[in-house]
Amino acid sequence: MKIKHLLIPAIALAMSMPAVAADKVKIGFVTTLTTGAGVIGRDMADAVQLALDHIGNKMGGLDVELILEDDGFKPEIGKQKTDKLVKSDDVDFVAGFIWSHVLLASRKSALDAGKFLISSNAGPSPLAGKLCHENFFSTSWQNDQTPMAMGEVLNSKGVKKLYVMAPNYAAGKNMVTGVERTFKGEVVGKDMTKWGKDAQLDFSAELSKAKSSGADGIFVFYPGKAGGAFIKQYEQAGLRGKIPLYSVFTVDSISLPKLQAAKLEGVLGSEMTQFWAPDLDNAQNKKFVSGFKAKYGRYPSFYAAQSYDTIYLIKSAVEAVNGNLDNMDGMRAAMMKADYPSVRGPYSYGKNHFPIQNFYLRKVVVDDEGNWTTKVVDTVYKNHQDTYVGECKL
Amino acid sequence: MDWPLTVTQFLNGVQLGVLLFLLAAGLTLVFGIMDFVNLAHGSLYMIGAFFCATMTLWWGSFPLAVLLTLPATLLVGIVVEVLVVRHLYQREHLDQVLATFGLILVFDTGVHLIWGPEGLTFPLPEVLNGQVTVLPGIEFPIYRLLIIATGLLVAGGLYLVITRTRIGMLIRAGASNRTMVGALGVDIKSLYTLVFAAGAVLAGLAGLMIAPITEASIGMGNDILIVAFVVIIIGGIGSIRGAFLAAMIVGLIDTLGRSFLDDFMKLFLSNQVAETSAPALSAMLIYILMAGILYFRPQGLFPPRGHR
Repeated sequence: MKIKHLLIPAIALAMSMPAVAADKVKIGFVTTLTTGAGVIGRDMADAVQLALDHIGNKMGGLDVELILEDDGFKPEIGKQKTDKLVKSDDVDFVAGFIWSHVLLASRKSALDAGKFLISSNAGPSPLAGKLCHENFFSTSWQNDQTPMAMGEVLNSKGVKKLYVMAPNYAAGKNMVTGVERTFKGEVVGKDMTKWGKDAQLDFSAELSKAKSSGADGIFVFYPGKAGGAFIKQYEQAGLRGKIPLYSVFTVDSISLPKLQAAKLEGVLGSEMTQFWAPDLDNAQNKKFVSGFKAKYGRYPSFYAAQSYDTIYLIKSAVEAVNGNLDNMDGMRAAMMKADYPSVRGPYSYGKNHFPIQNFYLRKVVVDDEGNWTTKVVDTVYKNHQDTYVGECKL
Repeated sequence: MDWPLTVTQFLNGVQLGVLLFLLAAGLTLVFGIMDFVNLAHGSLYMIGAFFCATMTLWWGSFPLAVLLTLPATLLVGIVVEVLVVRHLYQREHLDQVLATFGLILVFDTGVHLIWGPEGLTFPLPEVLNGQVTVLPGIEFPIYRLLIIATGLLVAGGLYLVITRTRIGMLIRAGASNRTMVGALGVDIKSLYTLVFAAGAVLAGLAGLMIAPITEASIGMGNDILIVAFVVIIIGGIGSIRGAFLAAMIVGLIDTLGRSFLDDFMKLFLSNQVAETSAPALSAMLIYILMAGILYFRPQGLFPPRGHR
C-alpha cells in the first residue's frame, strides 16, 4: 500500500513535468520536390541548406535538425505531411509552402498543434485577414502586394487597356485582385486557366483572344514551369512588339537559365515587380547570393531568398529565448521585431505578421559573366502593407 | 461575332485535337487490341519531348532531332513491351494499372535523375517561329499549322495502313475479336509488340511537337493522359477512326469553351458570376460530354465493327 501511495504521485509528477529541455531545434520544411514544380522546391531546399551552413547548423547553442517534406503539388498531401511533422516528428517550426492552396489546407494542422507556422512563399489573403494567427509568420509577402505594385507601374507607363491572365487557384485570384485594385485603366479581358497537377500549359486560345482584344498591355502570373511556357508562346503568337508583357512571379532565376539556353531573347528587358532582387545592395544579400552561386552554380530565385530568410528568422527567435523552446511567447515577440539580417534589407511586421516592405521594379539584364538575371531599376512602393490587415483581429 | 478570332480559335482547337489524336491512337489500339490498360503511355510522350529537346540543344537542329527521336522512342517502346508489358497481358486490369503506374514512377524519377527537375526548353528554327496569314486578316503561328498538317498526314497514313494493308487487317481483326485472331494462327506476339511500339512512336511524336510550345517537363504526359483516355472513351475503344473524330471534338470543345464560354455566360449572368464560373465550367466540358456518352452510348461514338 505504502509503495503504491508513493508511486502514483511520483508517476503523475513525472508525467506532468515539462519535457527535458530540447537539445535541438526541429524545423519541418514542406515544399514541392517532385512534379515539374520540383524545381522551385529544390531552390528553396538549397537555400535552407545554405543558411544552415552559414550559421554552422546552430541556433542559440542548439543543433538544428531539418526535416524536408514533399507536398507533391497537392493540398491533401501537404496537409498529411504537416500532420506527420507536428505529430510524429514533433517539430518546433513548420515552414516552407510554395502554394497558397497547399498552405491553406495545412495551416490548421500546424497551428492547432501549437506550432509556429512560417510561410516561405505563399501569402493567401485569408491568412492576412480573417484567418490571421498569432503563431503564423510570413517571410514573403501577401499575394496581392506584388501585383498591386505592378498596377502602379502600368499606370505610370500609360497603359489604358489591360489583358489579364492567371491560373485559377487561390494565389492566381489574389494576383488578379491585386492588379485590378491599383490599375486605373480598363481590363478588357481576363482568363483564369486550369491549374494543379494537370495544369494548362498551352495558351493558344487565350493568346488569340488577347491579340484581338485591343489591349495595350498584358499582365500575367505564371509561376514555375508555366512561366517559361507562357513566354515562349507569347513570342510564337507574335505578341512581342505589339502588346507589351508585364508579369509577376513569372520571369525569375528558375525560368531565365532555361530561356537563355533556348536563346529566347525576347525576354531581355522585360519588367516585373518584386520585393527582392539578386543585386539588392546589402551585406546579407551579398553573402546569400554569392554563397548560393558558389555552392550551386546558379542565381537564387526569390523563393530561395525567402527560404534563406526563414532560417534566419527562426534563429533570431531561438536566440532571443536562449534556446528555451518552451518559451513560445518569447519567441513570438522576438519574431515580431523582425530583428535579423534579411536579404531584402530591414523590414517590419504588421499585426498580421506579414512584412511591411519595399517593392521594386526589376528588369531582365545580362550580367558581367553573360548570364541572364534581374536587376532593380526603380522602387515602386516604400514600406508597403497589405490591404487585409484591417480584417485581422490580433 | 468576331470572325477572325473564331477562325483562329477553330484552328487552335484542331491543333489540340491532332495532338490528342496522336496520343490517343496508340492508347486505343493497345487497349482495344491487347485489352491492356497502359497508364504509362504518357511517359512515352514525355520521353519523346526530352529526347528531342536534348538533341536539339546538342546539335542545334530541330529537324535532325525529330528524325532521330522517332526511332529512339520506337526503341524505348519495344524495350518496355518486351521487358514489362508483355508479361502483363494475361493479368487482370488492376494488375496492369498497378504495374504501369509503377512504370510512370520509374520514368518520372529516371527523367529527374538524368535531366534534373527543371525541365528543358529549346527554340524553334527561325523559319517556324513566325506567323503566316491563313486568310485575309487572320494570322496563325506557322509551327501550329505544321502540327495540324503533320497530325492530319499521320491520321491519313494510319487510315491507309489500317484499311489497306495486311497488318492493318490483323489490327482490325484483333480489335474486333482477339481470341479468334490468335486461334487462326496469327503470330499475335509480334503483332502486339508492333502495335505497342507504334503507339510509343505516335506518343513520342506528340511529345516532341508540343515541347517547343510548352517545354519538356517531368510528368507532362500524366497531365494529358487523362484527356487522352476521355478521347478513346468518347471515340470507342479500339477504333482509330473514333479516336480521330473524338480527338477533334474534344480539342474543339475545350478550346472554344475556354475562348467563348465566359462571353456567352455574360449574356444571361452577371459579369462577376460569369468570370468565376466560366473557367471552372470550361475545364469540365469534356468530362460532361464523356459522362453523357457513357450514359447514352457506352460503347463510344464509333466503336470498331463487330466489337462485343
